[in-house]
Formats: sequence, structure tokens, C-alpha cells
Amino acid sequence: MPTISINEHEVEAREGETVLDACERHGVRIPTLCHLKHLTPTGACRLCVVEVEGQRALVPSCAWPVADGMKVRTHSARAIEARRVVVELLLANHPDECLYCNRNTDCDLRGLAAELGVQGRRFFGAKLERKKDAGSPAIIRDPAKCILCGRCVRVCEEVQGVGCLDFIGRGSATTVGPALDQGLNVSSCVNCGQCLLVCPTGALSEHTATPTVLAALADPERTVVVQHAPAVALTLGEEFGLKPGADVAGLLNAALRRLGFARVYETAFAADLTVMEEASELVKRLREDGPLPMFTSCSPGWIKYVEQSYPEYIPNLSTCKSPQMMLGALLKSPRAAMAGLDPGRLFSVSIMPCVAKKFEAARPELHTEGVPDVDAVLTTRELVGLLRQRGLDLARLAPEPADDPFGTRSTAGRLFAGSGGVMESALRTAHWLLTGQEPPELRVQAVRAGDGVRECRVLVAGLELGAAVVSGLGQAKALLAQVRAGRRDLHFIEVMTCPGGCLNGGGQVRAASAESLRARQQALYALDRDGALRTAHGNESIRRLYDEFLGAPLGEASHRYLHTHYAPREVVR
Amino acid sequence: MSLQQLTMNEADTARVEAVLARWPGAQRDALIPILQEVQEHCGYLPREAMLRISRHLDLPASKVFGVATFYNQFRFQAPGRHRIQVCRGTACHVKGSAAVLEALCRHLKIRPGQTTRDGMFSLEVVACIGACGLAPVIAVDGEFHAGVTPDAVAGILARCGEPEVRHA
Repeated sequence: MPTISINEHEVEAREGETVLDACERHGVRIPTLCHLKHLTPTGACRLCVVEVEGQRALVPSCAWPVADGMKVRTHSARAIEARRVVVELLLANHPDECLYCNRNTDCDLRGLAAELGVQGRRFFGAKLERKKDAGSPAIIRDPAKCILCGRCVRVCEEVQGVGCLDFIGRGSATTVGPALDQGLNVSSCVNCGQCLLVCPTGALSEHTATPTVLAALADPERTVVVQHAPAVALTLGEEFGLKPGADVAGLLNAALRRLGFARVYETAFAADLTVMEEASELVKRLREDGPLPMFTSCSPGWIKYVEQSYPEYIPNLSTCKSPQMMLGALLKSPRAAMAGLDPGRLFSVSIMPCVAKKFEAARPELHTEGVPDVDAVLTTRELVGLLRQRGLDLARLAPEPADDPFGTRSTAGRLFAGSGGVMESALRTAHWLLTGQEPPELRVQAVRAGDGVRECRVLVAGLELGAAVVSGLGQAKALLAQVRAGRRDLHFIEVMTCPGGCLNGGGQVRAASAESLRARQQALYALDRDGALRTAHGNESIRRLYDEFLGAPLGEASHRYLHTHYAPREVVR
Repeated sequence: MSLQQLTMNEADTARVEAVLARWPGAQRDALIPILQEVQEHCGYLPREAMLRISRHLDLPASKVFGVATFYNQFRFQAPGRHRIQVCRGTACHVKGSAAVLEALCRHLKIRPGQTTRDGMFSLEVVACIGACGLAPVIAVDGEFHAGVTPDAVAGILARCGEPEVRHA
């Protein structure tokens, strides 16, 4: 094992690791801008430069492998001055709009400028003049604020396998954008928002719905209802000083009522409904010869990806709407009138860990007679802003239940928050549908959160079911290649667009560490383990909904409100 | 601009297909030579050609566009009937080529790398044309014009508009 010296202290390094990683493991923090853990280092921003004895120039620590006997000085006057100049140069052509920027309080560039003691302007460059790209319903691109770090480019290509973005042009005229420098709305962008999570500045942000929601809340003619996704309740607490993974579903119900929402629902109820429909659809496809494998359809990024890149697999997508859209449709159906709501006055808001949900809600296929089933979608980040604006501290409220008749949800519905959750919940109910009995073991460990593709074989009523779970479109692409090449042993495949599923969704609070993501996952499994109601088919509210309104899964009313269809989509790619 | 507005004429489509037919099973390392061949045959890189190349190489179109826009050698508009090259080498710069270029842009209402709407002129900037003694120099369809002043630009352009027979 190589021994290196960091700032005069001898430490053990690992074979093949970079100077940056070695420093981080030993508690020495070197600032970075373009660096992304586990992805190809580019050494582009030069912020992580350090002095290495024997090297004439400063070296980028993110791309410099350790060697035995190496002597590194991370915070010499020379290194710090170089970093400061890098930041000053980046600021030279950067818009002076910080006060009005959506990243006002959490901009990496601004943070580094403060940390490095940039107090004034030494370099006066022409400001970048670039048009904003606001045509996408989900993501706004403001290339004037782009510092060309390339993080979005790498995440889009290396993690998601989409490659929507790349550098365009060269030198000082370079920009980052989609093919042919067109708008995101006609590009191959799937709206996953993973790029928003890594963008260090305000160059990429969600298309905000906050003003629309505030206007609706202030309108006495409107009844504003809200649903919140299971992954939101497991991440929001972190922003209010609670430990990662703290379950704030009850607190959030209370907070949303204080914001003025007339009814508060948990999307997990609709996830239970999705399980009923999707498990029934799976059983039907198994009995009636396909098309198989069936793919889950909860993740709108994945749906768009299939439509534009693999249209031949559209028949394999489950026809089930996502839980968000199922609840949206129910809230504007006659069933809502039973709950004392007037569909004509209803304004339906959802809070999602996702920016693609904004795109999904805007899809014409998911409108009923021209009226959107969900009127506005807020991300977890936008919700945080709204709660702060109204001075609500989540930690100081008392938990409240969601509203009936959609108030009760099982922990199966809540499992949708993490990768593997849809599969696990659907397998529980599929077992019950096929055998009329509860599965001997509810937990399906093989598909639970982990790296890479998780597969398992389940034997139910003489049928052997092959199930696979992937998250991150890069992984989905690899699995799809196997299916395309003739793999026939898989019947049901869950795909979540974001790596790790919605707990790590593109609409979540930024800068989640690997530890907090793990804590979120563990909390999810703990609340399922301790849950009193763990299956969708055991949910009394779901049963009542079928008895009183929908009839049976896959029935006529279900088809009208809960199912949809997709079509090939032409994009610039 | 929507996808429907992308139109490549039939002749260019055939040219692109002919180039790609010479590169069966090509990988991403063939991108630059393919772009060069397409430009050689079409005179520029039509937008649809780049999308077609991306499908051929199974590469995201953003990568093809990224590479194509990185290199100065690639053009993104069909060349005009008359090709104007402005030398921006050191000698020409000293003798006022910036003002000459500016005058050309103003008269033609285009920027370097573009073609006028009527398809008559395309404007390019070259690093050094190798005729420093004639500075500032521009070339129109390969013919050099020496000691050009901004005032002379209008006359040079006007003569290009005259019937071709004059040159015959």
C-alpha cells in the first residue's frame, strides 16, 4: 500500500486512488467544481489543484493518482491563490444576478467565492449573453449561468445513458446544450433532473410551479387539494434538522393544511391502487400470453425513454398510470364528489421527488376531456421553499392523518419510494391474486435496494416468475439489450429512472450524501417491517373504492380512470 | 424549430446515404472522417445528416453535434454561389482587415460562417491566406482582391452579381 504525505502528515493511501480521494478519506477537504464521484474525472475546472513535490506546475488532485512517497500540499498559499483566480475568472463573465437567482442560497460557485475570500472584481469580461431555454415543462436551462463544468453532460451520458447534452462550439464561445442547439422540449431529455442535482450554479433548474400554486391557494373560488409522494416524506425532514430518513408523512399532512390546502392525500394510497391494477395486469399477461416482460410505468422519465428510443417495447409497458396520475384522475372523477369536492372548482397539486412528474402531468394522454388530472406539480425543493416562506417549521408540528376516503395506505404503497419497491409490493399482491393466500414471506430481499440489476425467481401457484429491478437508465439500457438479444426468462421488470429510485429523485433536496441516501432506504424498510398494514390488497380503503366505484381491477371504470397508452415519440437524437 | 422543419433535399439525402454505405458497422472513432466525407459531398453538414450519422454510429446526436461544432473545418449552412474569404492574419489585421470584415458583414447581413438568405454569398474567415504583401486581402471565389478598404466592399460584391457570361 502506498504511503503518501499530505500536508506533512504521513498517511496510507490505496493503490490506484486519486490524490483527492486519499485526502478526503483522511479528512482533508479540497474544493471541487467539476468533480463527480465515481464518474470519469476530467480535471477541467482546476479548482482542486494541489502542490505535488517534484511537479513544476500545480496538479489537479481529482485526476492525479497517488504514488508511494508522494508529498502533497493541499492548502499552500500558491494552491489557494490559484483556486481563487479560477473562481474570479469564472465570475468574470458570469451574470451578476445572484440576488435573483434560484440558487441564491445554495450555489457552489458563490460558496467557493466566499470560502476563497473573493471580495471584489479584478477581471472584467463581457457577460455571457445566451438565451434561456424555457420550452420544457420540467427543466429550464439558462446557459448564461453555465460555467462549463460538464457535470450534467457526464451524468446524462454515463449514469443515464441518454447523452442529451454535450459541449457545443469551442473556446470562449462554448455552451452546453442538446443536439443541434435546440430546446430541451424537442430533445432526447427525459426530464429526470439528475443534471439539476449536480449543476453547481443556476444554469439548470426546475420549471417552477410555486407561483401558480400560491395563486390557486389565494383564489376563494378554488378548492385546492394536494397529494404528496412517499419519497418526499422520507427526505424532507433533513431540511428541517431531522435525521436522514425521518418519516415526516404525518407532519407534512399537518404542514400542508396550514399552507391552506383543503384536502391532503398521500400518493401512497394511489400506489396501493397501482399495485392492485399492475399485479392484475401481470397475472393477466402471464395467463394470456403476454406481451412479456411487462415493464413498470410509474417513472415518467423511463416512459419517455421507451417512447423515443425503444418504441418496439411500448406494448410491454404496463398500461397503468403512475400513482400521481391515478390519484389525480380519481380526484377529478365522480368519486371525489362523494368526498364532498366539486370537480369543477378543484385545483389539484402534487408534491413529487421528481421533475419529470411535471412533464407527466402535462401529457395530453393524461388529461380527461382536455382538463389536466393534476394541475400543478411541485418538487420537494419547491415545497421546502413554500414551507420556509410561510414560516412553518416541520419539526414543531404535531402529525396528522391524511384525508379520507383516500386516507389509508399500506406500507406496500410507501415502498414505491425506493428502487425495488414497486416490484416487492406487486409480488405480494400477485401472490394473493394467484393463490388467494398471503405470501409466506412478505419481504423480497433479492429486489431490495442495492447496486446493479437485482433479479429473483418466484414460484407462485406453479408459475415461475422471473423478476428484475433496475434503477438509472444506464442500467435499464443494459438490461433491455439482453431482452432484445433474446432473453426470455424475465416476466416483470421494474425500472426507475433515477439511480436508487425516487429517494434520489431529480426533484429532491440537493447534495444528498451516500450516507443520507442509505439512511432513507433503511428507514423505508424499517417502516415496512413495523407496519400494521403491509399489502395493497389488505387496504380496506382500496377495497371500498373498488366496491363502491371502480368495480374490479382492470374493469371498465379502471380503464377509464387508471390506465393509459403511449405512442412512439420523435425527438432530436 | 420542430423536427418537421428539418428538411434535407433528396440529392443531399442520397449523398449522405452513399457516404454511410461506405462505412458499414462503423464505430464512434469513424465520426470525424464521416463528417468530412459528408461535407465534401454536400458542401456542408446538413442538420439531418448529423442526426442520420448519429443513428448510424449509435451515438447520441448531441455528441455528433458537439464534435462537429468543435472543429472550424465544418460548415452548417449550404455554401453560397460566391465564396468570400477574409484574411485575418497578422499583416492584414495591421492593415485594417477587421474593418473590411465588418463592412462585409454589414452589407451581406450575415456573420462569418453563414450564407446570405438568397444563397448568393457565403462569408468565411481564414487565418492567413498567404498573400501578406497584398494586405488587407480578401478572396472571392478564389480570386484575390488586394488592398481592400471598407468602402471598396460594395463594388466588389456588386461585380459578383453581374451575369456569369462576363467571366466566360
